[in-house]
Amino acid sequence: MTPAEPSEEPQDALLRVLPSATAGEVDLEALGLKEEDLRELYRLMALTRRADLEATALQRQGELAVYPPLIGQEAAQVGSAFALRESDWIFPSYRELGAALVRGVDLVEYLHFYRATWHGGTYDAREHRFGYVSVPVGSQILHAVGYAMGARLDGDPIVALTYFGDGATSEGDFHEGCNFAAVFRAPVIFFCQNNQWAISVPVSAQTVAPIWKKAEAYGFPGVCVDGNDVLAVHLATREAAARAREDGTPTLIEAVTYRLGPHSTADDASRYQPGEEVESWKARDPLVRYRAWLEGSGLVDQAFVDEVEGEAKSFAAEMRAGVIGSGPRPVEEMFRWVFEDIPPHLARQRDEALRFAAEAEDPEAGIRRA
Amino acid sequence: MVKALNEALRRSLSEDDRTLVLGEDVGKLGGVFRVTEGLQAEFGDKRVFDTPLAEAAIAGVSLGLALAGWRPVAEMQFDGFSYPALDQVISHVAKYRYRSRGRQTVPIVIRIPFAGGIGAAEHHSESPEAYYAHTAGLKVVAPSTPIDAHDLLRASIADPDPVIFFEPKSRYWSKEEGDLDGASALPIGKARVLREGSDCTVIAYGAMVARSLAAARAAAARGTELEVLDLRTLVPLDLDALAASVRRTGRAVVVHEAPLTAGFGAEVVARLMEDAFDCLEAPVLRVTGYDTPYPPATIESHYLPSIERILDAVDRVTNY
Repeated sequence: MTPAEPSEEPQDALLRVLPSATAGEVDLEALGLKEEDLRELYRLMALTRRADLEATALQRQGELAVYPPLIGQEAAQVGSAFALRESDWIFPSYRELGAALVRGVDLVEYLHFYRATWHGGTYDAREHRFGYVSVPVGSQILHAVGYAMGARLDGDPIVALTYFGDGATSEGDFHEGCNFAAVFRAPVIFFCQNNQWAISVPVSAQTVAPIWKKAEAYGFPGVCVDGNDVLAVHLATREAAARAREDGTPTLIEAVTYRLGPHSTADDASRYQPGEEVESWKARDPLVRYRAWLEGSGLVDQAFVDEVEGEAKSFAAEMRAGVIGSGPRPVEEMFRWVFEDIPPHLARQRDEALRFAAEAEDPEAGIRRA
Repeated sequence: MVKALNEALRRSLSEDDRTLVLGEDVGKLGGVFRVTEGLQAEFGDKRVFDTPLAEAAIAGVSLGLALAGWRPVAEMQFDGFSYPALDQVISHVAKYRYRSRGRQTVPIVIRIPFAGGIGAAEHHSESPEAYYAHTAGLKVVAPSTPIDAHDLLRASIADPDPVIFFEPKSRYWSKEEGDLDGASALPIGKARVLREGSDCTVIAYGAMVARSLAAARAAAARGTELEVLDLRTLVPLDLDALAASVRRTGRAVVVHEAPLTAGFGAEVVARLMEDAFDCLEAPVLRVTGYDTPYPPATIESHYLPSIERILDAVDRVTNY
C-alpha cells in the first residue's frame, strides 16, 4: 500500500495501491489478500472482460436488444464486489456484469434482461444477494439504504453496497439515500463508478465539487480511489465494509475510472468522447495494468495467463450458447406475477391475450371461431 | 376514523412484529392527523419512527425494508406531497414482484391522507388516486367509514402486494357505531351497497360516499330512491358488485372529488358500458371536481361535488 501519489486526475487524495512501476512492493497483509486472491482477482477481471466483449458482440448480432458495455471498469467492479462477504447485498445499476459474475450470477440469466426475456433477468436476487438491474438512474440507491436499515433492525451484520455512476450523483435519490443512511446509521457503501461520462455529458458538466467530497456534508467518510487499480478498489471497499459492520457508518467511494465503450450499444461515443482522452485511458487499461504488475512481481507466469485466457474463452462461448439457445417466455407470464393472486379484471385480459396468442400460433383457429 | 386507523395500526404492529410504521412526524407527534398517536411509545422507536423529510426516500427505503423481510407502513403526510415518491412507487414498488418473477413480494402500505373539504392550503386537498390506479401492480384502497378504514387497513397491511391506502381527510373526524373486530378483516376488492334504491345507483368512494348518502336522503324526500354503492377498493375493482347494482337500477352516476378528465369515474363508466350496457336506461354521468387545479379553500365548495350537483345528475339520468 502506498500513500496517494501525485495524480494525473483532478481529484486530490486519490487512493492507489498498484505502483506505476511493475516491480513495486505491495503489502499484502495490509490489503488482507493472499497470493491466491491476487490471482483470483485477475481471473475474475479477465472473465469479465471476455464476457463483456461477448455481450457486446451478441448485441451487434441481434441476440441482445441492447447492452451497456463496462469495458474499462473491470477493476472497479471486481475489486469492490470481491471485498464483500457472501451475506452482503449488492444493489446494482445496469452496467455491473462484472459484479454479477463475482457474485456467481449465471450470466445467461443476467443477460436475459438485455435479451428482453424478462425485466429482472431470470436469476434469483436473494440467492446471490444481487439485486435486479435498475435502470432509472440512481433509484436503486434507496433500496440499498432500506435493506441496510432493515438488516440493522435485525442486528444482522451485513453490508449493502450500491453501484451507480457519476451521472446518478445529480439525482435526488442519491442525496436522499446518503442522508437517510447517515441518519439511520445504515451500513451502506455508496460505490460511485465515476467513468467520466453520463451518456454524452462529461462529469465536469454534471457536478462541480468532487464526488467523494460530498460525503462530508452527510456526515460520513468519502474516499477517492483509482478505479483502474483493482487492489486500491478492494482496499477501499474492505475498509468501508469494516466501518459499516462496526457501527453502521456508511462510506461514499468514488472510483475514478473510464468508460472505454459507448453508454450502450445504441450510442456512438465517438460523437463526444475526444479520441486522445480515450487513448490516454486505454493506456491505463485496468486488466493490462494489473497483469503487468502480477507478472513483474512474479505472482503469475505465462502459463497462468494462458490458462485464464482459455477459461475466459470457453466461459464466453458457453454464455453465448446459453443466450442464443433461449426463447421468449410464454405469454401467460405477462400476467402471472403482477399480483400474488390474479384479480378478475386482469384474468379477463389474460384470457384475451392467450386467445389471440393461440390464434397467432394457429391461424385457422380464428377462422374457425368466426 | 382517526381512532379506527390508529387501532388498526396498533393491532397490526402488535400481531406481527415485522410490521413497521415510518414517515414524517409519525413518531412522537403521532402524525399531523394523529393517526399514529401513541404507537411509538407503545412499540418503540425502532418500529415506529420519523424519517427525514424526503418522500421518494420514504418509498424507496420502504422497498428496501420489505426486501429485508419487514412490512413497512409508510405515511405520506399529504396527498400533494406524495408526488416526489411516484418514481419509486411506479418504477419499483409496483414492479418488483413482476421483475422478480414472483420470487420477491414487497408488502408495503403507503398511507395517503387525500382529498379536500377541510379548508386547507394549496397541495393539501388533492385526489391523486387515478395515477396509482393506472399503475399495474398496485392495489388502491379508499375507505369511507371508520370501521371500513380499520378493517381495510388491517387487510392492506396483511396483503402480500403493495397497497396505496387513501384516507379521506374530511372524514377523519367522522364517527360510526360498531365493533372493531380484528378477527374479521374485510377483504380488499369488495364494494358494498350502503343504501338500496331502485331508481339510480350512485357510485362513490372516500368522502364522496357520505355526500352521496346525503344526496340519497334528499332524493328520497322527493320520491327518488337512490342506491349508493361504496367502491371501497379501486384496484382491484369489484366488477360484479358494480354491474349487479346497475343491472337492478338501470341508471348510474359516479361521484368523485378528483378532476373529470381521465379520473377514476371514467374507468367506472367504461366498465358499465362493457358489463351492463344492455341494462342501461340512460347515459352514465359523472359528478366530479373540475379540470382545474384544486382551488383555494374559500371557493372549494364550488369545486367539490355537492348534493345539488349530484341530484342534478340524478335528475338528468332519471328523466332521460
